[in-house]
Amino acid sequence: MAGKSEPIPTDTVAVHPQARSIRLVLGLAMLAALFIAPQFLYPIFLMKLLAFALFASAFNLLLGYTGLLSFGHAAFFGGAAYFTAHAVKEWGWSPEAGILLGVLGAAALGLVMGAIAIRRQGIYFAMITLALSQMFFFFCLQAPFTHGEDGIQSVPRGHLFGLVDLNDTMNMYYFVLGVFLIGLLVIWRFVNSPFGMILKSIRENEQRAISLGYSVSRYKLGAFVMSAALAGLAGGLKALIFQFATLTDVAWQMSGEVILMTLLGGIGTLLGPIVGAGLVVSLQNYLATSDFPVTIITGLVFMVCVLLFRRGLVGEFFASGLGRKLGFRADK
Amino acid sequence: MAGPAATAEPRVVLSARGLGKDFAGFTAVNGVDLDVHHARIHALIGPNGAGKTTVFNLLTKFLQPTRGQITLLGQDITRTPPDKVARMGLVRSFQISAVFPHLSVRENVKVALQRPAGLATQFWLPLSSLDRLDARADELIEQLGLARWRDHRAADLSYGRKRVLEIATTLALEPEVLLLDEPMAGMGQEDVQMVAEIIRNVATERAVLMVEHNLNVVADICDHVTVLQRGEIIARGDYATVSNDPRVRTAYMGSEA
Repeated sequence: MAGKSEPIPTDTVAVHPQARSIRLVLGLAMLAALFIAPQFLYPIFLMKLLAFALFASAFNLLLGYTGLLSFGHAAFFGGAAYFTAHAVKEWGWSPEAGILLGVLGAAALGLVMGAIAIRRQGIYFAMITLALSQMFFFFCLQAPFTHGEDGIQSVPRGHLFGLVDLNDTMNMYYFVLGVFLIGLLVIWRFVNSPFGMILKSIRENEQRAISLGYSVSRYKLGAFVMSAALAGLAGGLKALIFQFATLTDVAWQMSGEVILMTLLGGIGTLLGPIVGAGLVVSLQNYLATSDFPVTIITGLVFMVCVLLFRRGLVGEFFASGLGRKLGFRADK
Repeated sequence: MAGPAATAEPRVVLSARGLGKDFAGFTAVNGVDLDVHHARIHALIGPNGAGKTTVFNLLTKFLQPTRGQITLLGQDITRTPPDKVARMGLVRSFQISAVFPHLSVRENVKVALQRPAGLATQFWLPLSSLDRLDARADELIEQLGLARWRDHRAADLSYGRKRVLEIATTLALEPEVLLLDEPMAGMGQEDVQMVAEIIRNVATERAVLMVEHNLNVVADICDHVTVLQRGEIIARGDYATVSNDPRVRTAYMGSEA
């Protein structure tokens, strides 16, 4: 903040009187679209999209709402994929128990990595998380239960609660959609809670938060573990959707991809990472069949995004006249 | 040099002995002894670069002292982390106004109220669970004359009001000792009067230690003055004593003292 200052004019754009109901209708329309989408689009593609959207949302919880840039989220995503795949395939666990193990495993990993990294700031934090996730990558490369380069193949989807056959694609889709929505609700509640309020204040002015008696690193660690657990939820889902877990999921490129998705969509908004993930996954999907190298295209898209809309697609929309008229507020 | 203040003073709540800090060979603060009394306003003055803010950072543990000892309410806090010191009752403000810019005035105060109310770690409760802090927050906001701006974002306040908001936020913690780093810096005359009045009121129930450049204010409201130069104390006493001290006059080159 500048030293001397005159009162800054408050928002000049008036919020439309019906903004609340319009937003509600938009939200419900999106929800409805997700429910009927498998009638029109390839379900596996949609499930992949939802899993990555959840992963990006989990990442955004840390970057957008806590201000921490982790470069090691692949460890949680891929680690959970291994844990879930192993539990379901080798121990014959039910899918819900397998996913729960993935979440708990990712949270435990997050606690260890976070405890080491959390006292560092900015680029140092990013580098430490990268280094730790690379260590985990090499662990996965060597550990016998991951089957090295082969990965864990043909993971059975099993029956949800012993009742619903997840080998049926539609059942599986609605299961993934349900988990995705629960994940989003958890994030939304987390952000809009007393804890979330303290996180916000830490992001706004860390020194002040300390001087008010908040043990800042503990709050950050809490957010880190929650983000890791939710990334694990996405990873566990992914293992069941594709029925395999491989080294790709724990590689550093995966950490980079989730950063790309989140920045592309817009950090600090609930919708941003979902849109970003949708865009990246769709691009990958459609370019996979063409001769165009995917990484170059996504790289170009990323550059355009950084140069033209720094807030990300959703962030720019929220900050635009129309967005503000509808009462959207980007956090950053 | 006169020893720490006279006998009829209320209890000492914060004290430092032989406090020193070196930065890579450069001694920023050296041999500082300081006693802060309950219900008194203490000023720490001195020319630019005298080490006033460093002393503040040492006392609040935002910096770790190289030498010396600090005692808060009878407990040694020389090695205590800053957030713990704040929880023990020593709360500071900053030279650059420290508010949460994108939170409303009320939310700023409520963030401070959350921890003492035990409502800071619940990630499963809705934000409405914080509504029960509204009454206390509004009371503080009213008391400091910010009621009109209650729902404005802190970033939209004038500079002076940001400082007042910072004091309101600090008071929400009901601290035993309040450290104010240049509370009037960059303020207009009316704001200075207003803030001086607030500080005077606040100090009836707690100790205040402030760094301040505005010597008129110091003369007006401070009971004790400590003068710092090149990291060392060169004079202390009430304002009249200090302002007549030849070393202080030299330090300020006769400008205002």
